Parts: sequence; structure tokens; C-alpha cells
Amino acid sequence: MSVQPSTQRSPLEPSSFSRKSAATIIIIYCIISLIPIAWMVMTSFKSADDAVSYPPLVFFDPSLEGWVNLFTQRTRQPQEYLDSLPPPQSWYEELVRSRQMVIAGPSRFLGRFFNSMIIGFGSTFLSVFLGSLAAYAFSRFRIPLKDDLMFFILSTRMFPPIAVAVPIFLMYRKLGLSDTHLGMIILYTMVNLSLAVWLLKGFMDEIPLEYEEAAMVDGYTRFQAFYKIVLPQAMTGIAATAIFCMIFAWNEYAFAVLLTFSKAQTAPPFIPTIIGEGGLDWPAIAAGTVMFLVPVMIFTVVLRKHLLRGITFGAVRK
Amino acid sequence: MANIILKNLYKSFDDFVAVKGSDLVIENGEFFVLLGPSGCGKTTTLRMIAGLEIPTSGQILLDGDDVTFSRASKRDIAFVFQLFALYPHMNVWKNLAFPLKMQKMNAPDIKKRVMEVAKLLQIEHLIKAKVSGLAGGDRQRVALGRAIVRRPKAFLMDEPLGTLDAEFREQMSIELKKLHNRINATTVYVTHDQIEAMTMGDKVAVMNEGKILQFGTPNEIYSKPATKFVGSFIGAPSMNFIPFESEVHEGDTEVLVDGQKLQIPRQRDNSLSPKNFIGVRPENMKLNTEKGIRGTVYGTEYLGNRKICTIDTKAGQLKVRITKDQSVSINDPVQVSFPPEAAILFNGQSEKALMSDQITN
Repeated sequence: MSVQPSTQRSPLEPSSFSRKSAATIIIIYCIISLIPIAWMVMTSFKSADDAVSYPPLVFFDPSLEGWVNLFTQRTRQPQEYLDSLPPPQSWYEELVRSRQMVIAGPSRFLGRFFNSMIIGFGSTFLSVFLGSLAAYAFSRFRIPLKDDLMFFILSTRMFPPIAVAVPIFLMYRKLGLSDTHLGMIILYTMVNLSLAVWLLKGFMDEIPLEYEEAAMVDGYTRFQAFYKIVLPQAMTGIAATAIFCMIFAWNEYAFAVLLTFSKAQTAPPFIPTIIGEGGLDWPAIAAGTVMFLVPVMIFTVVLRKHLLRGITFGAVRK
Repeated sequence: MANIILKNLYKSFDDFVAVKGSDLVIENGEFFVLLGPSGCGKTTTLRMIAGLEIPTSGQILLDGDDVTFSRASKRDIAFVFQLFALYPHMNVWKNLAFPLKMQKMNAPDIKKRVMEVAKLLQIEHLIKAKVSGLAGGDRQRVALGRAIVRRPKAFLMDEPLGTLDAEFREQMSIELKKLHNRINATTVYVTHDQIEAMTMGDKVAVMNEGKILQFGTPNEIYSKPATKFVGSFIGAPSMNFIPFESEVHEGDTEVLVDGQKLQIPRQRDNSLSPKNFIGVRPENMKLNTEKGIRGTVYGTEYLGNRKICTIDTKAGQLKVRITKDQSVSINDPVQVSFPPEAAILFNGQSEKALMSDQITN
């Protein structure tokens, strides 16, 4: 007597074929989406000539020239002058001199990068902070015209923000907010706030009222109950909202081009302007773009557990 | 500990009136049960006592102080929620210590209090556990612990046993009552379960449609229902109501139902309503073949040591409790009788019980 191996599975579970095809599709999709990023990383390690060679090079001699160029300003000098200098102190000086140049000082990239960080994180914090207060109020209190107000808040996202570029440009110039960190933080917060209020309201609606009521009966004020009880439980929503706000503020280009030019200029308008000898310095641009990817990637990875839970929140009841 | 007095309390939400003029006196140390079907306003009443709802009008006195409009956090009352509302991001210890932290109590005192309560409720072994992993009964204990730990003036409980399994519920209701006897705290307990109300309550108030219909000891409520609703809501199966179409006058001792004279206690009230009711509990009715209301057997339910027999009569269906040995079969012609002292008359319009030699207050 032989026992048939059980091949039965729950009808709700996908079959192994559909699981495999799903995995295949996902892998193919990942590869396709990663190609530009991989190309960017590769370009950042190419020499200027390799970067623009045709047909494109997949195998090449790696060089750190792009990275060095990203962080430095250089000047071309005659051979006699280079010979008169003491021997180079570091590998990057040597690299620069091999191209008949000397380092004149640091580039402006780091400053732009920190501008992006300040404006990105600043506006994200402000959006989440104001958004959670507003969302709590909308979720818990009887507000006259609540639905209309919520719709009004949403409606600010119905046109592309750049549609109001000209009035904002004039307004900012009058108010002295052009090319200031504060101005950009306010602007990005304004754009993100509607998303933050809507997302966070959904999360707060899911938190039972009893928790706050229990805290209030236990002697806490409503505000204490809000930050001791509601906020910790809304962490998932806050993380998801923060990621969305961060991604927008970090990547925003149009307003950044329009409203920032030096002191508060962010990385996106700066990177394409990196000029090398005889045109755009593609390896340096690629290196700058790779650098630019890093913070938002770390931020997303750190919060990704919340993000996943956040996206499926409400779909599956605990 | 404190007494709680409600004076003419009203609460309306938009156009819906949830509580219509409640008056209650809850004595110090009493286990007081608010009983009623869902939507009757009992939870709203409780929430007004706690300060989670503000009354539309009326007054709430707590230990003699008017707290009608004061904040929940200022009332020094503990509330046990139906779903316990244990803070999910804190463990058992932190949940228990949370109310004490607000009181700016120092750490050693908090520790002492929490351990005391944990011991009292036998949850010492769970003190480090996450609340999400707790079984229903343990959650209940933690929720009670969080209420007790602060030593508040009064406890309010909103159907705290409602979500527990039947088996647990019985055990917890005994524990709860024991706990009350030990700490002797004024407790207001809301439930829709009449068995819980009858077994646990020192006093019971029955509510329906926002009104408190009757308020007294469980025995008073059972044996002398003040309204038809109380009679039908309390007791399983509920009281039988036999309609009759005549007025009731003071001194009456019998009424005519379906051509038969039925004995009733001497009435002390008049009812000018053209239709009135005689209320009799199933256990006070008897099946026989000589006197009473005529009918046929419609069905029987077997309940272990007794049976509930449903009789079809011209006055509607009547439920009669009989012993398990008494045999009846469906469609048997029978008569239903009851001793006059078991009958309570209800006004057909106001549905209120009529005063008689039996019902005197």
C-alpha cells in the first residue's frame, strides 16, 4: 500500500505556478527599474571620456575622478607650475595633478546637499507635526463643515503646485523669502500638509477613542493623552506620512530652480549645473546624484517596516 | 469613596435624546447596576458620570460636589471600558503605573502600589508581559487593576464582562463581586445582561429609551416590576401579559378575560384605559383542566429540571413553567390558572404597574 503524497492546498493559496510567475515578473521589473540606478553608479566611477563613449561601455577602468570633481574646485595650471609644487599630499591631489590641474578649494556641492537636508527634514517634520494636530482635530472633534474643510484641504492638491509658481515667486520676493531655508520649508510644508492631514486622519480614525478616554479618566489632559497615547499608536501612520513628505520635499525641482539660487539652493537644481572641462562633467553629476539618493534611501529603509504596515493599514484588522 | 447623585439628567445628541431626565442616588460603597437593552442610554449615563460626555441639562453630584461640567481628569473616578482599552504600546506594569505617574507619585511608591494591586488580582506573574498577548480574563484583571491602583472615589464599569467567554464571565463576575466586597468601593456597573445585574447588584436601575423605569434591589425589581417593560425585560422567560378590555377601578378583585372571571389582588388604583394587562410570571402559572384561561399546548422547551410550556390562548401565547415530570403533548387542551397574589396589573396606556394589596409602593 502506498500513501499518496498530499498535494492538496488551500484554495485560497496561490498555486506554485502562479507564485513562480509572480516572482519572475517582480524580478524582471526590479532589474528594469534598477538599470538606470546601476548605470548612474557605474558612470560615477568612469572617467570623463568613458562616460560619453559610444557605444556605451559596460566594462571600464574604474576611476574616482568624478567623485573628486564633485567635491572640489580645480584650476588648470601649466606643467612648469605643477613641477614647482611639492609632491602631492594625498591620492586625490595626485589624481587631479595627473590631469594638469590643482585643487583650488572645496566645491559648493556639500553646502547644497545640506540645504536639501535642512529643507527636506525641516518641512517633513513641520508637515507631520502640524498634520497630526489637524488630523487629530478632524478625527475627534465635531467641527462645523468638517467634510467641506477636508475637501478644501484636499483640493489644494488638485492642481500641480507649479501652477501657482508666478504668484509665489512674486510673493516670496516681496516677503524676502526667496532663496531662504525658511521660505522653502514653508513652501514644501504647505504642499505636503494636505497629504499629511488626509493620511494621518485615516490612521487616527482607526485608533479607538477609549484609549484617550481612559487616559483622561486617569487624570491626564486631552493634550497629554494625545501625545502619550495617540501619537505612539499612530507611529505607523506618522512614519508613512513622513516618507511621502520627505520624498516630495527631497526631489522637488521646479520651485527649487525658481526660488533658490545660492544660499538656500538645494541639490536638485545644483547637480545638473556641475560643469567640467568642455561641458558637463557627467561622472561628477552621476556621483552627485548617487550621493543625493543616499539620505532618502536610508530614511525609507529605516522606516520601511512602518511604511509596509502603513500601506496595508485598515485592510487587515489586527 | 463617595456617593453619586444624578438630578434630572438630560443628554441629547443632535435630534436624538439619549437620556431623558435621570434621577438616581447611588450610596457610598454600593454595587449599583444600570441595566437595559442596547441603546437605552445606560452607557451615556455612565459616561456623563465619568465626564466623558457633558450633560445637556441636569446635575451630577459626586461626594456632595457638583461635578456636572468638570473635566474627566478632575473627577477622580476610574472607568473600566468594555474593550478594556489597555494601552497597547505599554506592558502590564506601565499600564498599571500610568494613572499613578500623573499624580506625581515617586517611583518606590508607584512600585509598591502596583505590586499591591497585582497581588490582589493575582497578575504578579504577568507584570512584564505585553498586553496584546494576554488572554481575555487577564486583560480584564489588568483593566480592573488600572482602575483600582489609583484608589479613586468611584468605579464605573461599562459592560466589562461583555467580551469574555461565557465560562470566564461567570468566574470574573464572582471575582468582581469579591473584589468589591473587599475594597468596598462605590461601583456603577452597566450591563444588558439581567443575570449579571441580578447576581452582582446591591441595587439595580432598569433603563429603557433614555428613562430610568425602576430602581431598587434585585428582588424588588423581579417581584414588583414598576412597568410592563421591566416585567418583560427581567426574567427568562419574561413575564406573561394577559390583555383585557375593561377599565380597572379601586377595590376591584377580579377581571373578565375571555369570558372568565380571574381573581386579582384588591386594586388601589384606577385605570381608565380601555385596555389593560395582567402580568404573571411563568413560574406562578399552573396548567390544569378545571379553571383559568383556556388554550392548547403550542410547544415545550426542555430545560433540565423544568420545562417551559407555551400555551396558545385567545389572550395570546402564555409561557408556563412546569416540572420536568409533568407530561404535556402538543395540541392538548389545557387551562392556565394563577394565584391572585401573583398577578400585577399594568395600565395599558402608561404601561405602569397599578397599585394593589400586593404592589404597595
